[in-house]
Amino acid sequence: MTISTGPPITAKTPAAEAPPKGNRLWAWLIFLMGALYFMLPLAATFYWSLRAEKGRFGFEAYRRLFADANFMPAFSESIVNAIAAIFLSLLIIVPTAYWVRLRMPRLRPVVEFITLLPFVIPAVVLVFGIIRLYSRPPLLLTATYDSSRVLLVCVYAALSFPYMFRSVDNGLRAIDVRALTEAAQSLGANWITILREVIFPNLRVATLSGALLTFAIVLGELTIALYMAQKTLGPYMANLTRSKVYEPSAMAIVAFAITWVAMGMIAYISRERKQP
Amino acid sequence: MSKSSLYPDSRFADPAEGGAKRSPQLHIGNWLGVLPFFVFSGLFLIAPTLILAYRSFEGLNGGQTLDNYRLLTSPAVINSYGMSIRISLTTAILGGLFGFLIAWAVSLGGLPRPFRTTSTTFSGVASNFAGVPLAAAFVFTLGRVGVVTALFEVFGVNLYKSGFSLYSFTGLTLVYLFFQIPLMVLVMLPALDGLKRDWLEAAENLGATPGQYWRHVALPVLMPSILGTMILLFGNSFGAHATAYALTGGLFPLATLLIGQQISGDVLHNPGLGYAVAMGMVIIMAFSILIYSILQRRSERWLG
Repeated sequence: MTISTGPPITAKTPAAEAPPKGNRLWAWLIFLMGALYFMLPLAATFYWSLRAEKGRFGFEAYRRLFADANFMPAFSESIVNAIAAIFLSLLIIVPTAYWVRLRMPRLRPVVEFITLLPFVIPAVVLVFGIIRLYSRPPLLLTATYDSSRVLLVCVYAALSFPYMFRSVDNGLRAIDVRALTEAAQSLGANWITILREVIFPNLRVATLSGALLTFAIVLGELTIALYMAQKTLGPYMANLTRSKVYEPSAMAIVAFAITWVAMGMIAYISRERKQP
Repeated sequence: MSKSSLYPDSRFADPAEGGAKRSPQLHIGNWLGVLPFFVFSGLFLIAPTLILAYRSFEGLNGGQTLDNYRLLTSPAVINSYGMSIRISLTTAILGGLFGFLIAWAVSLGGLPRPFRTTSTTFSGVASNFAGVPLAAAFVFTLGRVGVVTALFEVFGVNLYKSGFSLYSFTGLTLVYLFFQIPLMVLVMLPALDGLKRDWLEAAENLGATPGQYWRHVALPVLMPSILGTMILLFGNSFGAHATAYALTGGLFPLATLLIGQQISGDVLHNPGLGYAVAMGMVIIMAFSILIYSILQRRSERWLG
């Protein structure tokens, strides 16, 4: 899988003094060149997406995309998968990160290493391992479409570990886990209650950035869904680019907008959090 | 650390476990807390990889063999690995260079503040914009009927007749840079923020020119981070599959695409070889992530 990062929490030090004039000229030049490289493909795609009707600009390509009988089912299936993967991932990562922080700090390097495995095992490798492992008894899970889908969600949850663990762990660092735990215990709470009533609510904001990043990655994921023969957005989009002329441009713009919304929300959250 | 000595562990023990710190019961209880994580990772990350490793030593008709690894030296495999490594090296170096320059421009280069926030968010978007939509966007830009291709035509240059193709080494490099540069920007921005103003002032007080400051102070401090991130970029491009698949329909010599062809293809079908190619990739990826984390730790000494 491609490595992804959310926008980092922005810097504390703005340049105290104005840098020399020559520097600023170079900075502008570099920035403009970068902007040109990044804007051209987006502008070109947007231009194409407006040209579906002969002789005039309009949103016909978008209308056709949303009217396509296969689009909405694939889109909603991907959304459900993404949300399921996020919840599954939270359910596993939050107790683990909490427990490691509270009780087993020596286990941290091992846990951290495992959460980084999705960066080491390329998605195309992982999916064939999954198919190989789960396509025959005793672990037969690829027999039906729905059981394959459950398997896909599990793999997506595992792929979200690097992002989820990092944002949950950052969130735990910001709260006094020990004091909260002690307070809850002195009121007679058990571990399940502590996690559900104290830890999860306190991490709501922190987990949101991991969740949004996971959403952005999983929504249009191609490689794993493709080889597991799932009718999700990724394979649908790949098929669309082969069979249609204008719709793929509308689809690329929609995908870009969704990613932008997810990343914008992460940036907004992290900026809000910095201001006490 | 100081906190744990203030609050002895026993005070947090589960009342049901009697609060005895060293009882074996509690010890097992501790492990139970992390068990779901290890079981899940084992089932969906570790075991699938191990089974591929095991099967990569299996011949077409069963039985243990090294044949699959011998086949790694066949021209088709060498060709794919070679192309993967060339593209990954090129996009790591170019992505690292341009990403560093852009990070410098928006942080220390004196551009207005909003440029920095916008660039950060945009980098977050672009580094996640891989796969089918990215491939489609470049087809509309530099494909045979792309907008930029058409613009060149207006000026009398036919890109495709003069040897350019989006479905080539150059084309794929251009596409990959779209997610490589932003990743470099995202990692370099905090590193550049870590450069202390005192260092610049100290250098200036000693009579150093800006060039000397960069050569002898800033760059040496940043170097582990720069190199580490470039290695991260290498791995990022080496393991990329979706973008290349969407762009070329899976028919380009790349290690990731070769795995798909060998394991699930109709024409070339030798799963064992596919598994061996996959293991080669895992080893290369593991190395690059390892070097990245070592260098990142080293850079934290100064910039943390």
